[in-house]
Amino acid sequence: MTDHKNNGSGSHELRLKVGLAEMLKGGVIMDVTDAQQAEIAEKAGAVAVMALERVPAQIRAEGGVARMASIKKIKEIMSVASIPVMAKCRIGHFVEAQVLQELGVDFIDESEVLTPADELHHVDKHAFKTPFVCGARDLGEALRRIAEGAAMIRTKGEAGTGDVVHAVKHLRQIVKDMRQLTVMSEEELYAAAKEHRAPYELVRMVAKSGKLPVPNFSAGGIATPADAALVRQLGAEAVFVGSGIFMSDSQTFAPAKEAEIRARAIVRATTFFDDPKILAEASEECTGAMKGLAIAAMDASSMMQTRGW
Amino acid sequence: MPHSTHATSPIIGVLALQGDYASHAQALQDIGARSLLVRTKEDLAHVGGLILPGGESTTFLKLLAREALFEPLQQFVQMRPTFGTCAGCILLAKKVCNPEQQSLGVLDATVERNAYGRQIDSEILTEETSLPGGPLEMVFIRAPRIVEVGDRVEVLARRDGAPILVRERNVLAATFHPELSEDRRIHRYFIQMVEEMENKGHRAQPKQTPATKPTQANL
Repeated sequence: MTDHKNNGSGSHELRLKVGLAEMLKGGVIMDVTDAQQAEIAEKAGAVAVMALERVPAQIRAEGGVARMASIKKIKEIMSVASIPVMAKCRIGHFVEAQVLQELGVDFIDESEVLTPADELHHVDKHAFKTPFVCGARDLGEALRRIAEGAAMIRTKGEAGTGDVVHAVKHLRQIVKDMRQLTVMSEEELYAAAKEHRAPYELVRMVAKSGKLPVPNFSAGGIATPADAALVRQLGAEAVFVGSGIFMSDSQTFAPAKEAEIRARAIVRATTFFDDPKILAEASEECTGAMKGLAIAAMDASSMMQTRGW
Repeated sequence: MPHSTHATSPIIGVLALQGDYASHAQALQDIGARSLLVRTKEDLAHVGGLILPGGESTTFLKLLAREALFEPLQQFVQMRPTFGTCAGCILLAKKVCNPEQQSLGVLDATVERNAYGRQIDSEILTEETSLPGGPLEMVFIRAPRIVEVGDRVEVLARRDGAPILVRERNVLAATFHPELSEDRRIHRYFIQMVEEMENKGHRAQPKQTPATKPTQANL
């Protein structure tokens, strides 16, 4: 069955939220920091753009408190894009979310890339008409976010690194967690709900369908056409690409032409994710990739993915 | 035989470049129709009818151009049964505005993109249509509006006066998403269109589909 029907609450509002996520499937959502980048993204075939003040690689390099982007910036991007515009609020910062809804952004990302505003609570996403996407590293985290009203999950890679290893790790983790549920007996599901720290009803729903009740996208560290196809083949229904398109390294933007070629190649690879011939062509078209930062060499305290609970 | 899964029933293609193509394939499966995800020119040769799903029309256009699929698709939709929903409807129209963009140009209509506003203005309505069976649930998501239609376009449903479900010869188009509702009447109507056209001898080629091609397994 299609996802929206399995959605616990069959309310119109939730179905509309998940419905927009359905429309983004098979596509690439690109981080952009100004109108020019938004135009490049749309021209390259992005299905949506994420309006940001700084991309994750810059946030990581510059440090400081990362907050919702400036309103002026978001409006500038909304004014040029004909595709959906997303924007990020801090974890638990429901007032930033209220502001983003008021602006009319199409999707709100309650994101670990920004500095969390609440150490215990995430935003009550049912209270909003605008759909939310949230990150997750395992099934329990995904189901807790869905219980709070998320209409889309993105598996958390390590944002702003250009290293795909954790996007892969967490996608595999969620797929494995789901597969295990499908072979469990009724009484084992109660125990599984406890272990995953997730509502039993949602656990049972996943056990029955073998998939999340909302679309599952992948994000964090995706930098090349092959990276995008990798997470697609592992089960991600669409991809978010952040720093990987517009950055050469953590401080420098790539030349517009190069970014456009990269964006186009990643879009192509996301559609033809299981066709090695086209993937070879897309990889050849694509010149340069961000230098990146190997996660294995990183200090655990500098990771963004551990934010969120 | 409307819902036959017999080997001679037509195969319905679903353009699978991006968007909610899996929901359409599921809808077809629900009513016992055979489906095939279409990503290449070669795939197009195997199908008797085609669905252009919801998604982002700009993304569809870029991919169609890059894969040299625009012209083969244009030839297909001129002759063969085609059903477009939302972005698919935008693609079929003769003229597109807000902003202006390229289209396949087979449906004599002008379509305005994002005409009802942003996601916050998306809604689910239940409206009358000319199809039997009572009012139909309609899911509108960042929907386009058909602002003008030609004389030969049959309007099957309206929202506040504007056409939302239309047919012109072999082309059926909806500005909403029947694939996101449980009601399968519109998909059944489309299968009937395909079967009627096949019976009239509009087939472009005999059935010679390899056994491995039509499948649900590739979803």
